[in-house]
Amino acid sequence: MHIDKDLVAASATPLVLGILADGESYGYAILKRVNELSGGRMQWTDGMLYPLLHRLERLGYVQATWGTSEAGRRRKHYAITQDGREALADRQQQWSVVADALKQVWQDVQVPPTVAEGWA
Amino acid sequence: MSDHEQLESQIDQWRGYVQRRRAISAGDVEEMEDHLREQVTDLTSTGLDDDEAFLVSVKRMGNLDEVSREFAREHSDRLWKQLVLVPEAPDGGTRLWRELGVVLALAIGAGIAVKAGIELIDDELVVMRNIGLFVLPFLAGYFAWKRKLTWRVAGVLLVPFAVLAVVLNVYPFEPEGSTLFLAASHSIVALWALVSVTYAGGRWRSDARRMDYVRFTGELVIYFVLLALGGGVLIGLTLGTLGLVGIDFEPVLEAWILPFCVPGALIVAAWLVEAKQNVVENIAPVLTRVFTPLTIVMLLVFLGAFATAGGPLGADRELLILMDAVLVLVLSLLLYSISARDALAPPGLFDVLQLVLVVAALAVDAVALSAMLTRIAEFGFSANKVAALGLNLVLLVHLAWSAWLSVGFLRGARPFGPIERWQTRYLPAYAVWAAIVVVVFPPVFAFA
Repeated sequence: MHIDKDLVAASATPLVLGILADGESYGYAILKRVNELSGGRMQWTDGMLYPLLHRLERLGYVQATWGTSEAGRRRKHYAITQDGREALADRQQQWSVVADALKQVWQDVQVPPTVAEGWA
Repeated sequence: MSDHEQLESQIDQWRGYVQRRRAISAGDVEEMEDHLREQVTDLTSTGLDDDEAFLVSVKRMGNLDEVSREFAREHSDRLWKQLVLVPEAPDGGTRLWRELGVVLALAIGAGIAVKAGIELIDDELVVMRNIGLFVLPFLAGYFAWKRKLTWRVAGVLLVPFAVLAVVLNVYPFEPEGSTLFLAASHSIVALWALVSVTYAGGRWRSDARRMDYVRFTGELVIYFVLLALGGGVLIGLTLGTLGLVGIDFEPVLEAWILPFCVPGALIVAAWLVEAKQNVVENIAPVLTRVFTPLTIVMLLVFLGAFATAGGPLGADRELLILMDAVLVLVLSLLLYSISARDALAPPGLFDVLQLVLVVAALAVDAVALSAMLTRIAEFGFSANKVAALGLNLVLLVHLAWSAWLSVGFLRGARPFGPIERWQTRYLPAYAVWAAIVVVVFPPVFAFA
């Protein structure tokens, strides 16, 4: 299943903040967590995570520190800040409103079955 | 094991590729490399070999253009690369502070040398003819320190330096004679060539180093002019303000500020050019883009003026010197655009414009020279005329052969490389000519 690019982009910030709310982490681990959570169905372009993390850092939602990995390489760790937690709570509310609205729409509308299958 | 070596070299290549993106900083590259390596490790543990794992990881990293655009959106300031002279990083910091200390010491040293020269030597003319000998050793010293020049090379350089010093001061020049003026001015060119050896760290035969020195010279001139403008503003403000208070600032200005600040500015400008290498785009090639078409127009106006002037052109050396100046201008336009040109790019419109520029300059020079040669023969050769003619000849050969090579390049018969090599290979001709004017001319023209 392909998830629309805009949807991925919109959910990226709350996802990253949510993962960091669990404890500090670094780029690759964050992506792995996203994969686990979505069962591998949300494919991010790995490189795009870093500009996003930098934006969150500039907004003051996360704090970055340089540490070292087990292999001895320099690694940047990100931790959520108080502002970040507030932003996350805010996003959570926004998303639950959206999800509620969507749920009602799905109930009202009979979603047409996936017709394409038999034609392929 | 050789497998991992290949992986390392692939990662090296990838890193180099990412590092070229201006929007992606060194820290980001490190962060992304860590990511890439983790991904490769995870993939190899699932059974992929290094090669496959690397390919998949790079693919997952995404299109670098898009990633770097995303970085640029987040850090637009990085596109205006900042000139951080002394970075705050703890590792590189002390070295750069030390460099700043060395630069300031050399700048002050150059100032002291000039000031001491002025104080100890009564004759202002003698000071002026030695000015290069006072200042340029400090610039050479900076490069000798920076490039860790060996003592042997430094010792070899001292010999021509000493010869220049002796010639300028021991030859029985007639005061205010033209050979004295010629020797003094050409000694600067010869000294500049000596500085180039220290700049290249002794590897003066390398074409790449020579081209770097050409770039350095262009940027140095621009930085020096900018520093001079800034200094001029400060001096003007000080003169005005202190004048209102009733303090005469001029004696201090002449006795202390200028002798120290002008040589000091040269050393500091050299340091700035060194420090901002790869940080800011070179400005000289940008200027060539603007001035190449304008210079073509100017040369065409010259040709038109020559054609309509009717009467014979004056044979005075002013016209000769002007022609030399035109050729030097054209040559610098050519040199600086070549210095910034991608040697692999196919011929373009600008290459055609450049050929037009060189041909127009050669035409102007040919008209002027042919008009003058007969008259020069009539009035005899003076040192000034021979020096101007000789320089003209040296420049002509340089430009004519460049034009010939670029015709071949534009017709697709030749790659760009030979054009670039010709520029750097020919440069010593100027040093040799300058040395001849300094050393040989005075005795030949009886020190007149």
